[in-house]
Amino acid sequence: MASVSCKDLCKTFSQGDTTITGLDKVSLEIERGSFLCLSGPSGSGKTTLLNAIGGLDQPDSGSISIGELRVDQMSKTELAEMRLHSIGFVFQAYNLIPVLSALENVEFVMQVQGVPAGQRRDKAMAILAEVGLAGMEQRLPAQLSGGQQQRVAVARAIVSEPALVLADEPTANLDSKTSAQLMDLFIELNQTRNITFIIATHDTRVMAYCRRLIRMVDGQIVGDDLQEPAAAAEPS
Amino acid sequence: MNVTLTMAWRNLWRNGRRTWLTIAAMIFTNVLLVFLISLQLGMYDTMIENSLRAFSGQMQVQREGYLDEPRMRETIAGSSAITAMLREQLGIESITQRAQGFALASSQERSFGIQLIGVEPAYEPLVSSLPGLLGEGRWLSDSNAEEIVLGRVLARNLQVQLGDEITLLGSGADGSFAAGLATVVGILDTGLPDADRSIAQLPLGTFQSIFSMPDQAHALVFEFPDLNQVPARKSQVETLLSKKQLLAQFQLAVHDWDALQPGLRQAIMSDMVSAWFMYGILIIVVSLSVMNTQLMSVLERTREFGIMLALGIKPGRLGRLVLLETLIMSLLGMFIGIFIGYLLVAWFAHTGFTFAGMAEAAAKYNMDEYMYPQASLLSLFWGPGTVFIGGMLAAIYPALKLQRMHPIEAMRAV
Ligand SMILES: Nc1ncnc2c1ncn2[C@@H]1O[C@H](COP(=O)(O)OP(=O)(O)O)[C@@H](O)[C@H]1O
Ligand SMILES: [Mg+2]
Repeated sequence: MASVSCKDLCKTFSQGDTTITGLDKVSLEIERGSFLCLSGPSGSGKTTLLNAIGGLDQPDSGSISIGELRVDQMSKTELAEMRLHSIGFVFQAYNLIPVLSALENVEFVMQVQGVPAGQRRDKAMAILAEVGLAGMEQRLPAQLSGGQQQRVAVARAIVSEPALVLADEPTANLDSKTSAQLMDLFIELNQTRNITFIIATHDTRVMAYCRRLIRMVDGQIVGDDLQEPAAAAEPS
Repeated sequence: MNVTLTMAWRNLWRNGRRTWLTIAAMIFTNVLLVFLISLQLGMYDTMIENSLRAFSGQMQVQREGYLDEPRMRETIAGSSAITAMLREQLGIESITQRAQGFALASSQERSFGIQLIGVEPAYEPLVSSLPGLLGEGRWLSDSNAEEIVLGRVLARNLQVQLGDEITLLGSGADGSFAAGLATVVGILDTGLPDADRSIAQLPLGTFQSIFSMPDQAHALVFEFPDLNQVPARKSQVETLLSKKQLLAQFQLAVHDWDALQPGLRQAIMSDMVSAWFMYGILIIVVSLSVMNTQLMSVLERTREFGIMLALGIKPGRLGRLVLLETLIMSLLGMFIGIFIGYLLVAWFAHTGFTFAGMAEAAAKYNMDEYMYPQASLLSLFWGPGTVFIGGMLAAIYPALKLQRMHPIEAMRAV
């Protein structure tokens, strides 16, 4: 699992008479344990690519595999199962179920995943502590800051121990300090749990954390560079 | 508490006012239904009992075929012994013999063809409400007394008063010439126009001697403390009579009130159908309001549902969440409605319920001007149960809407 491979992905959207290019022959290999950024201006196809990898939207052509699984050939139900058990998602903002506390948000997903009732509470508490939210378990999303909410979303994403986390503009609604803390958390989880992270962003400070930086323009990959991740190098 | 249940519960109170309004609509409908149905069923019982007490009784033993074609000669021979036996075996006194026949009744002024009924003066009051409705005079004294009681209108038509004599002419059970005399001792004010115009009762012994049918009757009439006993009592009497070889030998038949007064159940059925038509509309309106509430609530949460779908939570589970929310709402509406409805019914069962104009209507049908609703499992749960089912059915459409929701599009909604 979790070496991600995309070949010749194409996706167009039609809006009235015009067709919009979402992805244009995108091919990409991602190793297990990578920490990777999809960068590029707004509308360049980052979200479309993430959605295709995560099985949220089918490409028009091309193939996607995660490990042995052919994502492009799976049924809707199989895709849902895969998202539930094998992929963690962190979206831009307002990720959480507003009527559930931090703890319950994590527990609910675990319940759906089929984790036995007796194990949920302890495991959810532990994972919330790991993302730095010890003592805030009972708060509702509205009683948490944006950064704290994203941490709950991260806790929920990794609780099933997925090998792959997809994050779409996770810092877009955060100030720079909170963004940095969230990125530090990602790096830590990447290193301690060997989780593959694919992060779509147009925030240059976020890009600085990534070892591999993919640049997209108009649905095409225009750059694929390895770099020395600046912030992560500093032991904090 | 289970997280899904927690979520459903809290979701309901996100828009608490709307939820309460929907529940209130259900409560209101349920209270109304409980009250109306309890009143209706209570009224039917009273109607049936009144009608049976005035006329046929709850059950009768007759000769086979007499029900369809009441012929004078179709009598039950040895009827007093059979009746005595039945009183003893059933352990009740309220069984009485009746006979009936046509006669030309003549007063000094006028003559009329009337239907005479021979009754047992001692037992008839236990079975029938008519002896209690005397407006003037007294009830028949003795089985062989030459006395008669008449309906008020009939007495007026014959132009007789208490103490006047009436001559009766007819043909006996054996075809012979029948003649007799009877003194008017009582005048009945039943409040039932038909009865007041036609009732003429005289003691059974007198009737038997006038119509040459010694120790014979046309019907044994039963009255039980509770209408619900009729089916069991019917088979009991059938068994008793066939054990004593009476059923076959005399060709007797046992008829329950439904057979004796077939129009009664029909009238009730058609009344029930028209009432349920109205209730049905009420229930549909409430169900639509549930549907509206749940549609709105699904629509408002589109983004949230989109995220859950994206996380891999299946649409079926989200649909069940919406159904669970509706279930909680409907259960609240049902139990609060039944509770308030029950209190209301219990109160009016105690004090009675009436409205303007009721008194006149009631008088026409020989009924109490107060109606007494009757709480029963049926009257408490029938209406609210249907509202509950209607509400749950109404939630299916919003729940199905979720099945077609696409995570990406849903997440883009605000
Ligand atoms: N559902 C859609 N319908 C129409 N156009 C879409 C849809 N989704 C994405 N697009 C278009 O596809 C292009 C790529 O979008 P997206 O992947 O969201 O870009 P990014 O995430 O890099 O900002 C954009 O031009 C966008 O307008
Ligand atoms: Mg995007």
